[in-house]
Amino acid sequence: MKYLNPNRLYHALGRRKFLEFTLFTVFLLFFYSPLMNTVMLAFANVYRVPAVIPQQFGFQWWSFILSKESLMSSIFNSFVIAIVATAVSLIICVPAAYALSRYQFRGRRVLMFSYLLTNAFPKMGLYVSMGILFYKFNLMGTFAGVIIVHIINTLMFMVWLPMGALRNIHRQQEEAARDVGATPLQVFRKVTLPMAMPGIAVASIFTFLGSLEESEGTMLVGFPQINTMATEMYGVISDYPATAGAVFALILIVPSLLILFLFRKYIKPDSVFGGVKIK
Amino acid sequence: MRSPKVQLKRVTKKYANGDGVENINLEIYEGEILTLLGPSGCGKTTLLRILGGFNAIDDGEVLINGNNVVQLAPEKRPTAMVFQSYNLWPHMTVFENLAFGMKLRKMPRTQIKEAIKSMLDLLKMNGTEKKYPNQLSGGQQQRIAIARSLLLKPSVLLLDEPFSALDAKIRMQMREELKKIQAQLNITVMFVTHDQEEAMALSHRIVVMDKGKIAQVGTPTEIYDQPVSKYVASFIGEMNFIKEADGELAVRPENVRICSGNSGNYKGTITSIMILGHFASVHINYEGQDVKAFVARSASFELCETMPVSFELIKYQRYKKGA
Ligand SMILES: Nc1ncnc2c1ncn2[C@@H]1O[C@H](COP(=O)(O)OP(=O)(O)O)[C@@H](O)[C@H]1O
Ligand SMILES: [Mg+2]
Repeated sequence: MKYLNPNRLYHALGRRKFLEFTLFTVFLLFFYSPLMNTVMLAFANVYRVPAVIPQQFGFQWWSFILSKESLMSSIFNSFVIAIVATAVSLIICVPAAYALSRYQFRGRRVLMFSYLLTNAFPKMGLYVSMGILFYKFNLMGTFAGVIIVHIINTLMFMVWLPMGALRNIHRQQEEAARDVGATPLQVFRKVTLPMAMPGIAVASIFTFLGSLEESEGTMLVGFPQINTMATEMYGVISDYPATAGAVFALILIVPSLLILFLFRKYIKPDSVFGGVKIK
Repeated sequence: MRSPKVQLKRVTKKYANGDGVENINLEIYEGEILTLLGPSGCGKTTLLRILGGFNAIDDGEVLINGNNVVQLAPEKRPTAMVFQSYNLWPHMTVFENLAFGMKLRKMPRTQIKEAIKSMLDLLKMNGTEKKYPNQLSGGQQQRIAIARSLLLKPSVLLLDEPFSALDAKIRMQMREELKKIQAQLNITVMFVTHDQEEAMALSHRIVVMDKGKIAQVGTPTEIYDQPVSKYVASFIGEMNFIKEADGELAVRPENVRICSGNSGNYKGTITSIMILGHFASVHINYEGQDVKAFVARSASFELCETMPVSFELIKYQRYKKGA
């Protein structure tokens, strides 16, 4: 403990290192303590508020959550919706990103900023006005309606990230492919798309994870017909003790972690921030 | 005369801002290296891209093997192009890069393998098949790019400053190698450079370009010894310009001979002497103008700064005012 004395540390590390160290520690606490707490609560059978450590550990709430029919079906729903939303979003956004990265046309900048705009409004306000439109088109309570809401949420990422990736491809690299005999379509499939893949993969992950945890819009548009993990979460939190919520939260985290782990080689600062450049 | 492999007739291509190339008439013969030479922005790349099919033309004809190719897309043309950089696809190995075009042509796998092997042997690059482009040096990358083009047996190989991003030593080496391979395979090459030394070393014929037009076409010797205009004369090699009443004399430093005593027609004073290896560069002040002369090193020992000398011009060109 003696060596964790701040004064000693300050002089041992030097001013800069010390500040970095402090910041890092604070960051870790902020970032991981809620997570640690969640994990702890999930494995508690009995927990009453003022205490930090639960009174009794066990798997009681796991068996409770896993036995609830509606919760299990919501997990299935979530994945179907996330997969469809990501696929549809890819089909719409990648061509748009390609056009924005390759062709100069009037209103290009305005279009690019309009993507930002969808994220600038307060979400609830946007959903309410969308709800009015959805009523008109009979999209309320439908699968399609929920998909549309999810796509709109991540539209910006889905256009900007692939656009950045596409921009980093040099014209010569595409032209060289034409030169050796590839048609424009073959160039796109064999050269452009594979080279932009890291950016597209990261954007797809964002969309997929975003869709998994989207709750406000889903509730507003899908309730009560469409239930996802995220909307069920509300019910679990309001109807059962915090320990049940913790279990459910952990279940919600698993797919995200799994995907981040599988695609870790694509998720580098480069492929994420390379996209957020306006030229 | 050999048959022309490529013919450009009255080719004109103007960009929206008025830049481009204008009324280009040119023939490239089978088995020759023809170099487009000129300062940056004079339209060399524009012209090369017209041949490759990457620039549409406003007017004129482009014939390759006697066929008009103006309407053909790049992938349909019997040309192969190498750019200054970013030729290779970074997500493919060297082998995949080389095989790409042949696969598109549905060549059998074993044949592709053999062709790649012998091409890599030719370029002394064997053993790099499994590497990715970013594991190669700049020179090696360009070699692979050239190999990829050669594998498709193009009617004409188009090279757009392929060595200009490399350092001087590698550049020289690549130059020599290209020349050797070109002779060995008897390929037709159109080479673009802004480096007059590179053009002189490599070419059978040089096209000197000036602001989108052809200034002169000729062998390196013709261009060097008989530049048709002051522009060509000043662009290639070292040149003194001596003003006269109605024009200018252009004379190369090796054609300025310093005479013993007062026997030369021109009289001046030496301002500096620099030993540059086996020869020396002598600057002479002639009626307020600086004239450079190359002299043998042994001869330079008899000279010193501020010494009055006379000299004569062995060979020179005369350009009228405004030419
Ligand atoms: N796509 C283009 N649009 C407009 N102007 C261009 C374009 N490409 C080249 N230019 C202009 O045409 C001129 C010739 O360019 P280029 O053929 O690239 O010259 P070089 O290869 O000799 O350096 C330059 O002034 C350049 O700015
Ligand atoms: Mg150029």
